[in-house]
Amino acid sequence: MSAKFDIVIIGGGVIGTAIARRLSRYELDICLLEKDADVASGTSKANSGIIHAGYNAAVDTLKGRLNIKSNPLFDKIAEDLKVPFKRIGSLVVGFTEEDKEWLKKEKEMGESKGIKDLQLLDQKELLHQEPEIHSEASAALYAPTAGIISPYKLTIAQAENAVKNGVEIKLLSEVVDIRTKNGYIAGVILNSGEEIKTKVIINAAGLYADEIAAMVGERYKITPRKGEYNLFDKEYGDLVNHVIFPMPSKESKGILITPTVDGNLLLGPNSNPVEEKDDLAVTKEGLEEIWQGGTSLYPNLPRDGVIASFAGLRATLPSDDFKIEALNEPVGFIDVAGIQSPGLSSAPAIANMVAEILDDIRTSLQEELKLIEANFLPELEKQPSFQDYKQNLHEWQQIFLQNKKYGEVICRCEHVTRGEIEAELDKEFISPTLNGIKRRTRAGGGRCQGGFCGPRIAEIIAEKIGISPLEVTKSGPGSEILWTRVKDVKPDRDIVYGMGDKS
Amino acid sequence: MIRRKHELVIIGAGPAGLAAALEAEKAGIDDILLIERDEYLGGILQQCIHNGFGLDYFGEELTGPEYAERFIEDVIASKTKIKLKTMVIDISQDKKITALNEEDGMMFIEAKSIILAMGCRERTREAIQIPGTRPAGILTAGTAQRFINIEGYLPGEKVVILGSGDIGLIMARRMALEGAKVKGVLEIMPYSSGLVRNKVQCLDDFGIPLKLNHTINRIYGKQRLEAVDIVEVDENLQPKLETKKRVECDTLLLSVGLIPENELSKSMGLKLAENSQGPYVNELRETDIPGVYACGNVLQVHDLVDYVSEEAEVAARAAADFINDNLERRNEEVEVIPGEGINYVIPHKISYKDDSRKLVRHFFRVSEPQENVKINIYDDSQQKLAGFSREIVTPGEIETIKLPEKLIPDNTKEITFVLEDEGEGINE
Repeated sequence: MSAKFDIVIIGGGVIGTAIARRLSRYELDICLLEKDADVASGTSKANSGIIHAGYNAAVDTLKGRLNIKSNPLFDKIAEDLKVPFKRIGSLVVGFTEEDKEWLKKEKEMGESKGIKDLQLLDQKELLHQEPEIHSEASAALYAPTAGIISPYKLTIAQAENAVKNGVEIKLLSEVVDIRTKNGYIAGVILNSGEEIKTKVIINAAGLYADEIAAMVGERYKITPRKGEYNLFDKEYGDLVNHVIFPMPSKESKGILITPTVDGNLLLGPNSNPVEEKDDLAVTKEGLEEIWQGGTSLYPNLPRDGVIASFAGLRATLPSDDFKIEALNEPVGFIDVAGIQSPGLSSAPAIANMVAEILDDIRTSLQEELKLIEANFLPELEKQPSFQDYKQNLHEWQQIFLQNKKYGEVICRCEHVTRGEIEAELDKEFISPTLNGIKRRTRAGGGRCQGGFCGPRIAEIIAEKIGISPLEVTKSGPGSEILWTRVKDVKPDRDIVYGMGDKS
Repeated sequence: MIRRKHELVIIGAGPAGLAAALEAEKAGIDDILLIERDEYLGGILQQCIHNGFGLDYFGEELTGPEYAERFIEDVIASKTKIKLKTMVIDISQDKKITALNEEDGMMFIEAKSIILAMGCRERTREAIQIPGTRPAGILTAGTAQRFINIEGYLPGEKVVILGSGDIGLIMARRMALEGAKVKGVLEIMPYSSGLVRNKVQCLDDFGIPLKLNHTINRIYGKQRLEAVDIVEVDENLQPKLETKKRVECDTLLLSVGLIPENELSKSMGLKLAENSQGPYVNELRETDIPGVYACGNVLQVHDLVDYVSEEAEVAARAAADFINDNLERRNEEVEVIPGEGINYVIPHKISYKDDSRKLVRHFFRVSEPQENVKINIYDDSQQKLAGFSREIVTPGEIETIKLPEKLIPDNTKEITFVLEDEGEGINE
């Protein structure tokens, strides 16, 4: 017998999981399908992590309106989901008189949209805020409501909270076809051959939204636009204090520099259309381009401080706007496509909009859907993380006394303990891969990039999940990190010279 | 919450920490705490199961674990207290150490003297920014070594190695011995950065090609590594694109340099030396905080563990003298400057008077390979103090010079090491 749900959401990005969480308020059977080994595996894992103030998006666009609606919602979301979020404010930095004029107009436009507390800074004020900035930078537009968030932590937390409220998430489940019946949505077919019956499909497939839509005859083209990034060591996290934008171009808001919520420094992205939807290769030219962009704002960026380079892809439509609507036919198909920047900033408002659309179409479905408020639990519990207790070691000792695994440091660079890693693997919604652990705990994400702790994390995953270390992957099947067993060589020195023997 | 006090705390129980513990006890310190973050003593030596260790120090050829064992047995038998699986989180300038482990939780430890022996870590792919995808199968040579020799797993079977550092060369042979096909070792420089003996024994003897002036300029593969583009570089290290060739492989090992692990040194505000990548030290391996010493790979990346042990002993004797207030400073500190052709010299300065010692041993690396050269040493009035001949020097091998103490004038503020052609200047 095939599984049956009221709603199937395709895509476990920040949008799909925001929608899943939003709709989990109702007494509905919801299933979220994700083709990769974890949520946040596409655009949501590799972007700037900025919650934009919204002053620069045109109000005649859907993305502009949703960004403005969304920005104030993040404080509550971050608090409920225990996702680090900081309203550090943004600065658009100008150099010339012409730039200054433009910034002034931009401020007026923002104010007319109701964005509060925008300020023009002169050179002295700018230098006071950003002492390391290019000495010729002469003015800036300051937007205090802009913020930074970890896009993948937000996505994962939304997924966890959705699961807590009854949503079923199926990982490694790619939709290969959609079934309709008499003009109504009937179900989806997975790559495994399994069929899942449903009345409603919400297409939040990101870069692949066009391919999903094509399965029901809706034709449009998503073009991936690549953005490349450099991530710097935490040592340089306080080089800048705000999200720093250059003067924007037509295609994008430009190559920005920002601290991340985890305390690193992030530089990027450029914006170049590419052919393939999985072309996540960083290029020499691209890295050079962002370096040029970065040093034009901060001449002292440390080349040696880069600990990771990566690329992300924006899912863009020819209209350059979001496409959020229910199709007339088949009934029950809601498109949430073309979610490029400011998609992350707009996620909660997008989820609300989808809920409204669902309310609009629910009576026209072959079988009416009732939106009955369930007993929604909006919060996640805070997981203890040693990083957060560095100034409060006595409190960490209390956590340690509850569970001694919080004393064993596995990741040396980021100081992540075994307790933190095992807690993630004990959750209801998990992705037992090295990347899954890295995104949840930061273990393996530091300056040595898992060189020391990779083998130990693989061992913990294998032990916890009950698989062989040979089956542990970086990011799902095909990315196994080990090849074959050589021999049993593990030394027993920990027994011979174990703890406590000589202390 | 555990609070402890010790005369000497040593951070890291690899070859440097072990040798320091033994030597400090020999010098009369009997309240020593040795802290190690791994679950066993010996550090990276335990995964270096090849031989070649100990020729200088013990006069015989040992494997890494054998070399470590000689120290471990004595440390276990000594009065030194050991904390394994213990991570030092922070050290303050007044020598208060914060650490964490699964036995005690948070620990606060006060020390009279501290020896930093944290070793080094490998540079990663990110440090050299190779374009391409980020699949599984790309790892540092040392991580691969741990997987094979400690965990017992082979990480792949069609292998390309980037960088001719010693671990890369050793791992080329190790992977070949386990049945992997090692397609070659690429080195961007025109010379190997590893020891000559490793090139001969690990590559030549196994028919593994070493391609100098070559690098990788793209990585392919979505989930698992599928191939790399290798390319020759010109004299400015820029790729000659017409030489690009795709090589299929499932594993890429990186041996592109080692970085001393100085996060703790930075957190305690120690002065660091840019050229040697470690703390700025005097001849006793004392940092700019009196009573805090650094030795082994946290100070400078060594080629030979034998030198690490010796350096640790210097630091340990000094720590003992510091604790017992047995040291006499020179009137003027002498700065040791790496001049033309010299990458760095350790010590960075000479601070103490010691009538009992006849020689001050200097370690240095040259900037590029040269033959038939002299290393000349000048004082601050450009007066030549000494000259030492070498038939061949290369950045891959540390050079050492024992400079007679009596040759260092009392009133000079600096001495400069300069690499010059044989014939320049006077002979010693």
